[in-house]
Amino acid sequence: MFKHFATLQWKSFFRSASLGKSLSIKILMVFFGLYMLGTMLTLGVALFFALREAVPDTDPLLLVSRYLIYWVLIELVLRYFMQKLPVMDVKPMLTIPIAKNRITHYILGRSGVSIYNLFDLVFFIPFAIVLLAQDYPFMNVIGWFFAMIGLVLTINYINFLINKSDKALLIMLGLVIALFGLDYFEIYPVRELAGKLFYGLYENPFLALLPVLLAVGTYYLNYSFLRKTLFLDASLERKTKEAETADLSWTKRFGDIAPFLQLDLKLIWRNKRTKAQVFISLAMILYGLVFYTIEDFGMNSVMLVLIGILMTGIFLMNFGQFIPAWDSAYYSMMMSQNIPLRKYLEAKVGLIAVSVAVMFLLSIPYVYFGWEALLINLGAALYNLGINIPVILFFGSMNKKRIDLTKSAIGNMQGTGAAQFLVGIPLFGAPMIIYSALLFLVSFEVAIGTLALLGILGFVFRKPILDRITAVYRRRKYGMIAGFKEKNG
Amino acid sequence: MITAQHLTKKYGGNIVLNIENLEIPKGQSFGLVGNNGAGKTTFFSLLLDLIQPTTGHIINNEVQVDASEAWKPFTASFIDETFLIGYLTPEEYFYFIGELRGQNKADVNALLTNFEDFFHGEILGQKKYLRDLSKGNQKKSGIVASFIGNPEVVILDEPFANLDPTTQIRLKGIIKDLAAQQEVTVLVSSHDLLHVTDVCERIVVLNKGEVVKDIQTSTETLKELETFFGG
Repeated sequence: MFKHFATLQWKSFFRSASLGKSLSIKILMVFFGLYMLGTMLTLGVALFFALREAVPDTDPLLLVSRYLIYWVLIELVLRYFMQKLPVMDVKPMLTIPIAKNRITHYILGRSGVSIYNLFDLVFFIPFAIVLLAQDYPFMNVIGWFFAMIGLVLTINYINFLINKSDKALLIMLGLVIALFGLDYFEIYPVRELAGKLFYGLYENPFLALLPVLLAVGTYYLNYSFLRKTLFLDASLERKTKEAETADLSWTKRFGDIAPFLQLDLKLIWRNKRTKAQVFISLAMILYGLVFYTIEDFGMNSVMLVLIGILMTGIFLMNFGQFIPAWDSAYYSMMMSQNIPLRKYLEAKVGLIAVSVAVMFLLSIPYVYFGWEALLINLGAALYNLGINIPVILFFGSMNKKRIDLTKSAIGNMQGTGAAQFLVGIPLFGAPMIIYSALLFLVSFEVAIGTLALLGILGFVFRKPILDRITAVYRRRKYGMIAGFKEKNG
Repeated sequence: MITAQHLTKKYGGNIVLNIENLEIPKGQSFGLVGNNGAGKTTFFSLLLDLIQPTTGHIINNEVQVDASEAWKPFTASFIDETFLIGYLTPEEYFYFIGELRGQNKADVNALLTNFEDFFHGEILGQKKYLRDLSKGNQKKSGIVASFIGNPEVVILDEPFANLDPTTQIRLKGIIKDLAAQQEVTVLVSSHDLLHVTDVCERIVVLNKGEVVKDIQTSTETLKELETFFGG
């Protein structure tokens, strides 16, 4: 029976519509996964020696033990965002003759072999081997190792128990901060105490049974909970939030693009992925601090122009690169409804232009680092406004991948295709080359002035440029409609 | 009103639609019947310029649909749930469509009052987004949205599917009124022979992409269709 489930899983992965089509993404994801695994592996091998080097007179295992409490908590927080119990997949199984007990075991068992657990394993196995090689007693190391596996699984199953409860998340975050604070301000030696606790698992291999029992316990807690709610109306039903309506009549002043503007604002605010991007964009304004505080660059550095483009254009890139895929779910309606394509695109331009302006206003405090900072960001903002907006819209016409708005933002590569990688070249490359060439040949003022001038020119000629882009969108319309219809893309 | 000429659509070597000549006069209520894969949705998609014809073209009120966008102001349609915007409430969706068709909120509200029976109190004022409504209620919203802005051509793909019996009967009344009173051309496709003979003056049967029957509806039509599909 388990074999059946396994083959289903296998098929669902290899027959998904995205495999093969977006090979570049798959390769990227695989590389990223391998990189993470490699990092964990290296850490597992090297940590012992690094710690012995850094703190020669303490047992490295004790040092590791002291931080395990933070690892547990932080991993819980991370998993809260990243890992979800795949209950939706079992809907078709409910009506075929498979015992519900089995289905429940399958769901829980499957989560036990998830990639997140693998990352931990890849760290703990080499670490334990190093310990053995360093002549730590065999029984104790094995006991400690199993204790760690037990902890990983406990984290895994606790995560599902607290799933979707924001309160639990706040408690965990609060705990991390509180414990760290107690430690940092030397109010209470949390690390010492926790270190002793976890080190005890090593000293008494029998105690290792505790985490393992804990894992089994949480598994059965999950099991009894899930088994009881394995009905369509309980855990399998997605929860619906009450709709909130907002008065957006102020957008009326933008004339005939107002309805689209309202639609875009609702799109952004009512969907997880787009909403997350607003916050990411706003947070990006701090990115410049990293570079402005490094003195090596000098105030006319090419690097700072890149940062300027990035800071004022972050929303342009995050949101713009998936135009019109944001509307993919209802694109055929948009195309058959009484909507001139031109107006549709104008509304997107308007929205992005406002975002560039807002980001520039937010970046004004950088003038603290010198008036050049203000000039650089202004030049970058103008360049984004005049040149990069049309560029990103043009590349948007290559989007053919559907975006499911209800999916969350984190680690979501949906809708990503070759266009998303290519667009970076003109977006960043062109202004960098122009700027650095003029900076080298003439002066800072001329270089940044040219970027600004290019932007203004693009803005002046925005009408004919947008006409051309509209023509491209019209030509590729059928391909987009067909592409957006493909689910699991 | 609508003319299709030498219209074919091929996918690879597969001909999915092949209509030599089809004319639908203004004000007709036109029914399209056929089994799965007969080409009903393909025809509607061509009519809405959502796919490109391999050969031939469709002319909608003197506008060639794949050459100009001028057919959009007087043509309204509901094909499937992908015509709905999931993150809007039904009201917001109606107002949005209204704005696209030059109707203000008051106009839209006036129209919606005609459909209170049809909505059965499950659509308006529910504080729910369209994505959270049931399939049937989504369909109701989409169908009513296609009536906003006095369109001259209304295209409904499978409007009866997923609706409860009461709503089906009400919908039949709505479509009949629409075709009778306002000089509106209504195009409906359906698997339900009874409903389609009830509301349509003319029924065209598609089979494997070809027009095999073109009937002015009479009392014998249902029998004729049943023999055709049953035999």
